Amino acid sequence: MNPANYLYVAALLFTIGAIGVVVRRNAIVVFMCIELMLNAANLAFVTFARINGNLDGQVMAFFTMVVAACEVVVGLAIIVTIYRSRRSASVDDASLLKR
Amino acid sequence: MTSNLLVYLIALPLFGSAVLMLAGRRSDKWGHLFATALSASSFGVGLYLFSQMLGRTGANRAVTQNLFSWISVGTFQVNAGLMLDQLSICFVLLITGVGTLIHIYSIAYMSHDLDRRRFFAYLNFFIAAMLLLVLGDSYLNLYVGWEGVGLASYLLIGFWNQKPTYATAAKKAFVANRVGDLGLSLAIMISFATLGTVSFAGVKEHAGQASTGALTAIGIMLLVAATGKSAQFPLQAWLGDAMAGPTPVSALIHAATMVTAGVYLIVRSNFIFDAAPTAQLLVAIIGAITLLFGAVIGMAKDDIKKALAASTMSQIGYMILGAGLGPVGYAFAIMHLLTHGFFKAGMFLGAGSVMHGMDDEVNMRRYGGLRKFMPITFATFGLGYLAIIGVPPFAGFYSKDKIIEVAFNMGGIKGVTLGGAAMLGAAITAFYMTRVVVMTFAGNKRWDEKAHPHESPALMWIPMVLLAAGSVASGFIFTHGNSLVNWLAPVVAPNPEHHSEMLKPAVVSIMALVSVLIGVGIAIMKYLRTEVPVVAPENVSIFTKIARRDLLQDDFNEAVFMRPGQKLTQGLVVADKALIDGAVRGVARMTVGTGSTLRNTQTGFVRSYAMWILLGAIGLIAAIWVVTL
Amino acid sequence: MINLALEVGKTAAPEATMFWILGPLAVIAALGMLLVKKAVHSAILMAWVMITLAIFYIAQGALFLGIVQVVVYTGAVMMLFLFILMLVGVDSADSLKETIKGLRPIAILAFIGFGGLLVSLIGRATLGHQIVGLDSANANGNVPALAELLFSKYVWAFEVVSALLITAALGAMVLAHNHRVHQRPTQRDLSILRFRTGSLAETAGLANPGVYALHNAVDVPALLPDGSAAPTSISAMLEARGDVIDSSPFQLGQAEESEGEDK
Repeated sequence: MNPANYLYVAALLFTIGAIGVVVRRNAIVVFMCIELMLNAANLAFVTFARINGNLDGQVMAFFTMVVAACEVVVGLAIIVTIYRSRRSASVDDASLLKR
Repeated sequence: MTSNLLVYLIALPLFGSAVLMLAGRRSDKWGHLFATALSASSFGVGLYLFSQMLGRTGANRAVTQNLFSWISVGTFQVNAGLMLDQLSICFVLLITGVGTLIHIYSIAYMSHDLDRRRFFAYLNFFIAAMLLLVLGDSYLNLYVGWEGVGLASYLLIGFWNQKPTYATAAKKAFVANRVGDLGLSLAIMISFATLGTVSFAGVKEHAGQASTGALTAIGIMLLVAATGKSAQFPLQAWLGDAMAGPTPVSALIHAATMVTAGVYLIVRSNFIFDAAPTAQLLVAIIGAITLLFGAVIGMAKDDIKKALAASTMSQIGYMILGAGLGPVGYAFAIMHLLTHGFFKAGMFLGAGSVMHGMDDEVNMRRYGGLRKFMPITFATFGLGYLAIIGVPPFAGFYSKDKIIEVAFNMGGIKGVTLGGAAMLGAAITAFYMTRVVVMTFAGNKRWDEKAHPHESPALMWIPMVLLAAGSVASGFIFTHGNSLVNWLAPVVAPNPEHHSEMLKPAVVSIMALVSVLIGVGIAIMKYLRTEVPVVAPENVSIFTKIARRDLLQDDFNEAVFMRPGQKLTQGLVVADKALIDGAVRGVARMTVGTGSTLRNTQTGFVRSYAMWILLGAIGLIAAIWVVTL
Repeated sequence: MINLALEVGKTAAPEATMFWILGPLAVIAALGMLLVKKAVHSAILMAWVMITLAIFYIAQGALFLGIVQVVVYTGAVMMLFLFILMLVGVDSADSLKETIKGLRPIAILAFIGFGGLLVSLIGRATLGHQIVGLDSANANGNVPALAELLFSKYVWAFEVVSALLITAALGAMVLAHNHRVHQRPTQRDLSILRFRTGSLAETAGLANPGVYALHNAVDVPALLPDGSAAPTSISAMLEARGDVIDSSPFQLGQAEESEGEDK
């Protein structure tokens, strides 16, 4: 089997994640979609590592995971903080930027 | 010769002015005495220098003092230097002498004014500026003094600036003077451009090398300057309104000294005018026009100060005419200037004395019969009157007749025209001065019951008496043995060749006396034999009406300069609003419009921003897609 | 087990079978994430996608990453998500109706455009060499090989990332810390408050819920002397949820009657 097929899957997952960020309003779902995009990128990294025959891609994916973990921790903390003051996890409610 | 004393002439009154202005109200008690003392000490320095000068001869009499290097730009070097020669000393003595007398007079005249200290500060400043004007050794130094006296004149005309008309009069004088000042600055620039120097000595030395055209241009510009400062046609309109200032100011600045600065400028620049006959002729023509112009206005004025102002204009016209007659006329122009300084200042002080006694009433139709109440004023004014109309042996007879005689002796149509104008002017002068004296001092009383005319205090009449003595004796002193002509000879260098005398001096004198007698006779018939109406009659000829309106000089200025200027300004305002502001506002409106359009993209929703990011990413990938195609 | 997985990864035919089953399932699960209403369902679908990806990693010779994916992502991160979901409200269902005008059609177009462009780019891309595979790289095992890279070539990045992790942990603590504006009221304060406000009847505390011979529980209100139920004796939360049991069957007379019936 051609490993490039994994790349197609990664591309589709990434696209779905990107659209999810745009269309969903629940901040937690938006976050999960971001994670989906990161995972899609990781899949591509791993696939490229296999195609090129060295492990640098895997190391990169490893770092991505660490950064994603950090992001999740801080992001979820922000969501909790917003929720505590607004009683809402909808990203549309935090729309004060236009004024 | 150099002398370290010259600077004190200027520094003393300047110091007084600075002290009075800086000390403020603290000096109210002694300020007037201090200023008078400094003016008198300046006069003392002048007298000392004069006595020293008498001890030397000819060209050695001039003294100079170099103060500091003022401007040093490349080859252009100007020193702040002073020069006292035979011409300057005449002015120095006139300015400080008459100035001191008027200081003394003002102590009493201004005693009821709260701002007397400020008045004396300005007077001292004027003395300093005027002395700088006549002592400067270059046109640039003269220019500083020239502007200084303009400023002093402005401040003193508008001294009672709480009255809007007085403030306007001051502004008018200033603006009219600016036109003349422009002429002087242009003359200095042309002089530097063509001759490479602006000092009197330098210009005199290099004048021969310059073309006649350049010298004519300089001469005409100097004449423009003179017409502005000396109220000559066509810049004469301000002098009548300048009578808004206190009467001592009218006497000192607008009769005796500042307004004669134009004559000084032309006589000082004799080397230019001698080399530019066209400009010289123009000077004489301007003088002749103005002497008739002022005389005609003088016939119609009921305001005693304005009548005297018109007379001043006319008399300076004589001086300008004399200065325009070339080497033979310079000395007589200066002589008339000096005698005029005595008798006109004396008459102005007399007018001030009358006003002082009549509660500041200036309308001569409300005077009448004052000789009984003000004998000293009447006597001094009468002596000044006899001097100005040219009755021998008073001062005016010597100086004015000399100018008329020289004018006739120019020969040809020029001589007849200029001499005739001067002769006619003498007759009119006699008429209107007689009118002034008769309406003020003779006839029946026409004043209100409330007025209590009385003689002025000694502080006021002593200067008047001294000036009257000058108007009696000065003419004889100046002409005795041609003293003034010889005295001035090294400076103005009269033409040695003998003129073809068209008319003998005696003939001219008799003609002048006859014309004076005619003028006096008509005035006596009109104003002494018939009752003078208290209100000016309205059913008069059109010529009288025009003369009352200052020969339409204000109307002319208004129609030709002011109205088009206003229209131009209004047009510019409209253009400014439509074009300049329109462009600025248009840019602002475009910015606002663009902003409010783009604002719609800013919804505030994070998701819409994410959408934009996604669209951007799509754009990038599409670009890669296209590039790698 | 691990060896088995590695064997699966190495053989082409089983890998293809695995890919064609799990690949579409992963994509469908991801799409489902967008379409389901409840966030919890999204999270479960997400977990499924992650496990699928872990299998893919292992199938491609990234054994360590596959395990980390299961342990860190599916285990820790997803649990964190669920935890926060519970904090925010598990049952809340999102409305899928779009509120920003025109966003939905643009999103669909963007989905088609972005996906199409990416897929067509990958399709057009040429590698320039044959597919190498990780056989040589993983000769001494995947984990030692990765460790060698991490602690030599990438040691600096590794340290920086560790600093980042600590910073993120601190940041989360700071954000989650609920700063108290007022001092927490002590028992004494509350007692004074009770006497100062409200009725004296409540100063001794609220009544306990009903305790009866037959039935004693927090969801049954106590009875007042006149026989009616005391509303203050039970939690307001229970009442709001409708979990309160009527106490009239347990009244004294009733109980005796029922006892008598039993006999």
